[in-house]
Amino acid sequence: MQVSKEEILHIANLADLNLEENEIEKYLENLQEILDFANIIKNAPTEDLDITIGANEAKNVFRKDEIKIFEDNESLLQNAIEPEKNMFKIPKVL
Amino acid sequence: MDITELTVHELQEKLKSKEITITQITKSYIDRINEKETDVQAFVTTLTDEAMEQAKEIQNKLEEGEIKGEFAGIPIGIKDNMCTKGVKTTCSSKMLENFVAPYSATVIEKLDKENIINLGKLNMDEFAMGGSTEYSYFKKTKNPWNLNKVPGGSSGGSAAAVAANLVPWALGSDTGGSIRQPASFCGVVGLKPTYGLVSRYGLVAFASSLDQIGPITKDVRDCAMLLNLIVGHDEKDTTSVERPKVDYTKSLKNDIKGLKIGVPKEFFTEGINEEVKDALEKSIEKYKELGAEIEEFSLDIAKYSLATYYIIGCAEASSNLGRFDGIRYTYRTPEFKSLKELYKKSRSEGFGDEVKRRIILGTYVLSSGYYDAYYKKAQQVRTLVMNEFNKGFEKYDIILTPTSPTVAFDIGSKTNNPLEMYLADICTVSVNIAGLPGISIPCGVDKEGMPIGMQLIGNKFCEETILNAAYTFEQAIKFRENYKPEFKK
Repeated sequence: MQVSKEEILHIANLADLNLEENEIEKYLENLQEILDFANIIKNAPTEDLDITIGANEAKNVFRKDEIKIFEDNESLLQNAIEPEKNMFKIPKVL
Repeated sequence: MDITELTVHELQEKLKSKEITITQITKSYIDRINEKETDVQAFVTTLTDEAMEQAKEIQNKLEEGEIKGEFAGIPIGIKDNMCTKGVKTTCSSKMLENFVAPYSATVIEKLDKENIINLGKLNMDEFAMGGSTEYSYFKKTKNPWNLNKVPGGSSGGSAAAVAANLVPWALGSDTGGSIRQPASFCGVVGLKPTYGLVSRYGLVAFASSLDQIGPITKDVRDCAMLLNLIVGHDEKDTTSVERPKVDYTKSLKNDIKGLKIGVPKEFFTEGINEEVKDALEKSIEKYKELGAEIEEFSLDIAKYSLATYYIIGCAEASSNLGRFDGIRYTYRTPEFKSLKELYKKSRSEGFGDEVKRRIILGTYVLSSGYYDAYYKKAQQVRTLVMNEFNKGFEKYDIILTPTSPTVAFDIGSKTNNPLEMYLADICTVSVNIAGLPGISIPCGVDKEGMPIGMQLIGNKFCEETILNAAYTFEQAIKFRENYKPEFKK
């Protein structure tokens, strides 16, 4: 499958990434080369095989839905780019 | 006596006989770091002052009888993608350059309980994506055997630090070979446990269905001891498994008579370096001498596994790395006009080249129109790989392969060719795809004196079998006694 410039820009936008003009060519070439290699799986004999999602047996794990309070606000807010009054300040959304 | 030359079990003996003290151990490592870190560049963050304080405190408490424990005061190094409360966890990324985790990973809590001392956080490929540690945002770690060569990756800082005696042992993480391949390149021991044996809570996620934390050590006994310390079910990681407690050091019997070893011929053909092949063939002969039954068989999944690994790994990464948005704890771009622009600029400026490449590939294979051809097909191939391994383990206890088709390569020789870098993972990725345990141990050196690694793959939760096979081989060839890193320039 041939990937187009429009397609890679669409994909980058979905992934919230900007590609500079000089990067587009490079990423396009890399993606194409890797996909060409990955196409080898088309030859894998997988008729009638189920998909595998994880390395373990897939099963639901339940626990009680109990609230546990994380009290160390200070260390949480240490990472805030703009902390204000014990809160994370974020840019205006609406 | 150079304390930093000793394995952890040797340190324990000398502590027990009171030949050395805990503060002496930490002091020796700090001196060694001061001497060699400029050459090796293994650390992102060193904690030498903190470590010395801690060593004194532990020494006092031991003398007062307040604490006991055979690991109290033993230092360690930690790959910088495991959360350590109060200490930076950067994943070697600009994105997390200033991130200080508000909690510790489960494995770190387990080490803390033993009063093990953290000497620092070790360099890696950004977000564990790479096989040479050249994709770190901060620095390029050098291979202690030859400083012009890569240490492997992504746990290159961990493997190089152990090889250079900057730490007695270290934790790494392995998504497609990131413990075993650097261990192989640096002539040390690296184990990727069965998926689910070790909690991933607090490990910054790359590909959640493939990631696993494991030990990188000087020898197999240390490897078994560190594994003992980190395994166990954790309610904070629903994929971690409840298992009866075993002491992995008890599996080291130095006897493998009757052990059935399968050698998949496809792992010894295309792209394998002749000297690596020779070393592996000699190792197979050694196993025969030691009483193992060796048989060649066909396991034609290496190429499918590699393609599948890059599809599944990148798909999961593209989703996992969605959380790095410039809002809560990551790099934020200084200028933006809208929220979407904040996201896009922060991510584009905060992530390095390889990470962006994998996010793009992952987003592509998950996107409408390509999902079935790539992602779904790869999930079916995953079943195929598991089935083929199952067939192998009906006949054999262990599957033996090279860890990597080559020895450590020159710094800068593969960074311009991503696919070539990916192909270097061909021997290790299938183990993660199938969720199996795999260990890499040194089995020789090439003409230039660079270490060659051998991989032993076991069936699920058969760590004891591969540890014993590795130990028995190690006792027979005595690699550490015969070869040492020379810091060639």
